[in-house]
Amino acid sequence: MRALTRVAEGIWGHPAARLGAVIAVVFGLVALFGPALVGDPSAFVDRPLLPPSTAHWLGTTGQGQDVLAQTVCGARVTLAVAFAVALSVVLLGAAVGGLAGFFGGRIDDLASLAINVTLVLPGLPLMVVLAAWLPPGPVSIWGVLVLTGWAWNARVIRSQALSLRSRDFVEAAIVTGESPLRIVAAEILPNMLSILASSFIGAMVYAIGAQVGLEFLGLGEVGAVTWGTNLYWAVNDAALLTGSWWTFVPTGACIAAVGFGLTLLNYGIDELTNPRLRSERIWRAALVGLRPSREATPTWKEADRG
Amino acid sequence: MRAALALLGRSGFYALAAWVALTLNFLLPRLMPGDPASVMLARFQGQLEAESLEALRATFGLTDAPLHVQYGEYLSHLLRGDLGTSLAYFPAPVSEVLLGGLGWTVLLAGSALVISFVLGTALGALAAWHRGGWLDRFLPPLLSLIGAFPYFWLAMVLLAGLGFQLRWAPTRHAYADGLTPGFDPAFLASVVQHAALPVATLVLASVGGWLLAMRATMISVLGDGAVTFARARGLSPRRVLWGYAARNALLPSLTGFGIALGYVLGGTLLTEIVFSYPGQGYLLLQAVRAQDHPLMMGIFLTITLAVLAANLLVDALTVLLDPRTRR
Repeated sequence: MRALTRVAEGIWGHPAARLGAVIAVVFGLVALFGPALVGDPSAFVDRPLLPPSTAHWLGTTGQGQDVLAQTVCGARVTLAVAFAVALSVVLLGAAVGGLAGFFGGRIDDLASLAINVTLVLPGLPLMVVLAAWLPPGPVSIWGVLVLTGWAWNARVIRSQALSLRSRDFVEAAIVTGESPLRIVAAEILPNMLSILASSFIGAMVYAIGAQVGLEFLGLGEVGAVTWGTNLYWAVNDAALLTGSWWTFVPTGACIAAVGFGLTLLNYGIDELTNPRLRSERIWRAALVGLRPSREATPTWKEADRG
Repeated sequence: MRAALALLGRSGFYALAAWVALTLNFLLPRLMPGDPASVMLARFQGQLEAESLEALRATFGLTDAPLHVQYGEYLSHLLRGDLGTSLAYFPAPVSEVLLGGLGWTVLLAGSALVISFVLGTALGALAAWHRGGWLDRFLPPLLSLIGAFPYFWLAMVLLAGLGFQLRWAPTRHAYADGLTPGFDPAFLASVVQHAALPVATLVLASVGGWLLAMRATMISVLGDGAVTFARARGLSPRRVLWGYAARNALLPSLTGFGIALGYVLGGTLLTEIVFSYPGQGYLLLQAVRAQDHPLMMGIFLTITLAVLAANLLVDALTVLLDPRTRR
């Protein structure tokens, strides 16, 4: 509990991380309570494509729905799916990466091979092929994103587990005869909490982006209200042709704000757990965090703090 | 010798990855719930005669033969470049449909990649050189913020604003209606006009990555002996910057460029859709709309193979250029 308060204090004392945390909390609250405050997002409320007014603060869509209600309700589904994806991806990554790093040898070789093959396959086309076979809906999107997104976290967690493996407290646990599963769960993983936290946040950013992209392609449940389907319908209801910017700007701005906020938060966690990181890296961290790529290997190690 | 062995290992890895993609492609339709064959064929009920339906089933390889026989046939079809028949563009073969979109995607994504790489790398070198200057303080945060938006959303905003509202740019397709493709000035000008806005949005979304990568390497190179020595020799700052520092800092970015080459086919899918640009992305949208699984699979396979080939190429060059990787 004290450790948790210390982390919260640390984040609050770091301007960028504080901004990120505030953004994340605000959107979390909107997703939780917002839908109760706005009307039914799918209901026909007024003439289509009305610009923002006092009656409809963000205007109406091509089907006469309230854009504010759509944006707020879209946050709930999109963020809930992203949260579930991030949680699953980190758990799967911790299981695969932790066990691979602990056992080493053949098991590690095999796990690493699976990780590297998954990483080298291009993400979006693979997601499309998988999603197209599944019935459209949040559960399918969740499955597809977990299947294509687990490897990055597994790789990061594996390399960390590998370095923790040779430390005294792990050796001691092995000597006392504890089972591998218990050692990974009770000794290794708790010692990389900050890596797990930043993996989780990074996975959320990935899940939001990929989810929106898939739904924009029409691979989501087009009848549901999510940020991705909002953009899908904006394009399909001629919002671009008619210059109805209010139908897609709010959703895009929300996606960017959440992504940016989470990345700032992630950066703050990185810096708190590794004082060697200098503040000039913030923008690099921000960009790299948003575009998972080969270069994004974390350079910091929690174990170094001793 | 060691280099050859290292390369052989990498080739083996990429061959394995390609095999995984191929097999996934084969297994998916057969693992999924329900009978995809009847789902697919139901769309054509009433439009096709019985024997055409049978032929369709056969071209998809959905026969009643045991799985391993089907798998063998599938592989032998692939080796001959036969990816099946497209449903959205029936009865055109998938490979033909793919080839039709390939050129446009390569044009769009290729020019965007080159412009973005050159611009971003140059700006990154300058930002590191004038560290703390206005360029260094202003550009990275701005580009990071832009990078947080979905890249196809940027395309939507620019298309709505510059295309539909201001009418500065054409809003759809790769060239004006009524022109016949050929090497005449009118056609080429039209192609450039139509590509300008999509390329601009792609550059906007990707230039920040190149900038920050180059800036980071430059900063470490600037502390190097070679740069200090070049300065000590009294060379002009411009020469030290471009001839020594930037040149030495370029290698990591070049590696990134090689890998990005592989993503040329897959990196612009959603942008093309926004601009109705007739490349791979547009084909993918048609495939999704028509539930044209053979075409989707074909797009997935082409993009995967391109990515694997580019990765292998980069690995080969790294092994040849950097002796440390041969251990």
